[in-house]
Amino acid sequence: MKKGKKINGAVLKDYLTYAAVVLAFIVITVLDQQGFINNSTRGLLVPICCYIVMAVSLNLTVGILGELNLGHAGFMSVGAFSGVVASLSLADAIPSPVLRLVIAMVVGAAFAAVVGLLIGLPVLRLKGDYLAIVTLAFGEILKEVINALYVGQDSAGLHFGFNFRNNISSINDLHMEEGAKAIIKGAQGVTGNEKLATFGAGIVLILITLFIVMNLVRSRSGRAIMAIRDNRIAAESVGINVTKYKLMAFAVSAALAGAAGALYGSNYASVKASTFDFNQSILILMFGVLGGLGNIRGSIIAAIVLTILPEALRSFEDLRMLIYAIVLILVMIATNNPRVKTLLGCIIPRKKGSSANE
Amino acid sequence: MVFLSYLISGLSLGSVYAIIALGYTMVYGIAKMLNFAHGDVIMVGGYICFIATTNLGLPVWLAVILSMAVCTVLGVVIEGLAYKPLRQAPSLAVLITAIGVSYFLQNAALLLWGANPKMFSPVVTGTLKLFGGQLTISYVSLLTIAACVIIMVGLTLYINKSKMGKAMRAVSEDKGAAQLMGINVNRTISTTFAIGSALAAVAGVLYCSFSPMLMPTTGSMPGIKAFTAAVFGGIGSIPGAFLGGLLLGIIESLAKAYISTSMANSIVFAVLIIVLVVKPAGLLGKYVPEKV
Repeated sequence: MKKGKKINGAVLKDYLTYAAVVLAFIVITVLDQQGFINNSTRGLLVPICCYIVMAVSLNLTVGILGELNLGHAGFMSVGAFSGVVASLSLADAIPSPVLRLVIAMVVGAAFAAVVGLLIGLPVLRLKGDYLAIVTLAFGEILKEVINALYVGQDSAGLHFGFNFRNNISSINDLHMEEGAKAIIKGAQGVTGNEKLATFGAGIVLILITLFIVMNLVRSRSGRAIMAIRDNRIAAESVGINVTKYKLMAFAVSAALAGAAGALYGSNYASVKASTFDFNQSILILMFGVLGGLGNIRGSIIAAIVLTILPEALRSFEDLRMLIYAIVLILVMIATNNPRVKTLLGCIIPRKKGSSANE
Repeated sequence: MVFLSYLISGLSLGSVYAIIALGYTMVYGIAKMLNFAHGDVIMVGGYICFIATTNLGLPVWLAVILSMAVCTVLGVVIEGLAYKPLRQAPSLAVLITAIGVSYFLQNAALLLWGANPKMFSPVVTGTLKLFGGQLTISYVSLLTIAACVIIMVGLTLYINKSKMGKAMRAVSEDKGAAQLMGINVNRTISTTFAIGSALAAVAGVLYCSFSPMLMPTTGSMPGIKAFTAAVFGGIGSIPGAFLGGLLLGIIESLAKAYISTSMANSIVFAVLIIVLVVKPAGLLGKYVPEKV
């Protein structure tokens, strides 16, 4: 009886989260229509949605599976480029931008999931910092591979070229028909992309992500994943298939990151592989850690606050990134140092909530 | 002959990686943390040397000593202000703090020295010609390799023979037990950071002698590579960092020459992944089986 009540409480909390996201959407849309939102803030709306999805999906591997991933931006990159290729190559066949955006996100998610499975395989043998370095290495490899990729389209279909030994220097080396369309141009990336992404699409993606992750965490599989995190040997000895659940967590996280990447790619006129580098992965990791590992709602708040913070600090001009760095260090010390924690606990009675919002 | 020259350039690049990786691996072995700000200490070392020689007109050896001194102080200050309060915190929290320190150093450098790249002049110039001019080796390469060997030997002796070295080994094995034996754990960790940062300054000067563009972000790529090298050799192991750094440099140089210029980094990382899949604790790392 008691147990059933507890689950209901947790489910209620989920519904409240969905409601909060929808409410935020309505409030922001209304504010936008009333002209309260300036251009630079409006430009941040879709990236914030992407970062929320990235942070929540990374939290699945880092917080819930307990494996450090330093290459999450790699999945985003795969999603962005495969999604953009899909949406641009279907531009003539499917006129509806909404449908193309959906296709882009699905394709992005599928490609990223496949890559996630590939990366997940060495994961099975490694742990801790060794695994972290492998994910970092995969992220860097993905960046270079996409940097060397050329994709074009003509009436015969898609043409792919890979600049391995300076054999391709421009899109003309793909030997396509006259009037062919260049989609990915090596290190230049995608130029002349159509802006398909909308804030509404971002909100829908966040809701889908929350639905998948929250239900996964509370399912039988989610409990197995958390059991592996807490004690792998104990989990194995009660018959949990460690391989299967680790791969599952990796692939789901990668797929969500791929969808977010496709949305992110569809938001800009030009997309470059160098955007999705190690620093991007670290930024996303920061959202997850600052929001609290394994805490989905915390990741959302951290992603929003940390994306807005550099913009909010714009009045400090040159000093803003310096202040950002100091704030980051101070927040980490404030939330993790036992002495500061007790001090904060004396001043603010509900220290847990306050530290997550800081 | 051509192969030999690529090999030597790889060896000298690897020596730089090895010196940086030593800093990573020592800090990891003792404080059990990944110090992501290490790469940025390299950048600071490069800038100090640049300013000392160009603006202050100091001789090169004095500039190197000055930059080592500044970086040592910087390392100890970073440790004391940012990492010491987090001794008991989970490792990911320390990792994020280290990233914060890295951002801080990069942006402070941006404010102090501007975004425009500075042209760093190599600490020594000239080349050595062998086999009737068929093989040319720059003196910087020779100096780098020599510096790396000297540092490696010196560090091994220090860790194995000195009292502080013994304390370091004890702390890396078991912090609690070391403290009970009367070892000042905090001072040992600070000393480790001091040594690591001084090495980073040397590495910064040598690295900038190879790739002379000095920018606030100069340190991040060699930092990542050296971190990879440390893991490659088995993180926490000093000979491992040495071996890992050298191998990484050689693979990178040969891959650039014979396979693909644009894919050289990918090849390095692919080799790393393969090595780790075959030997999950790195080349020289100790594999500790889990006890139930």
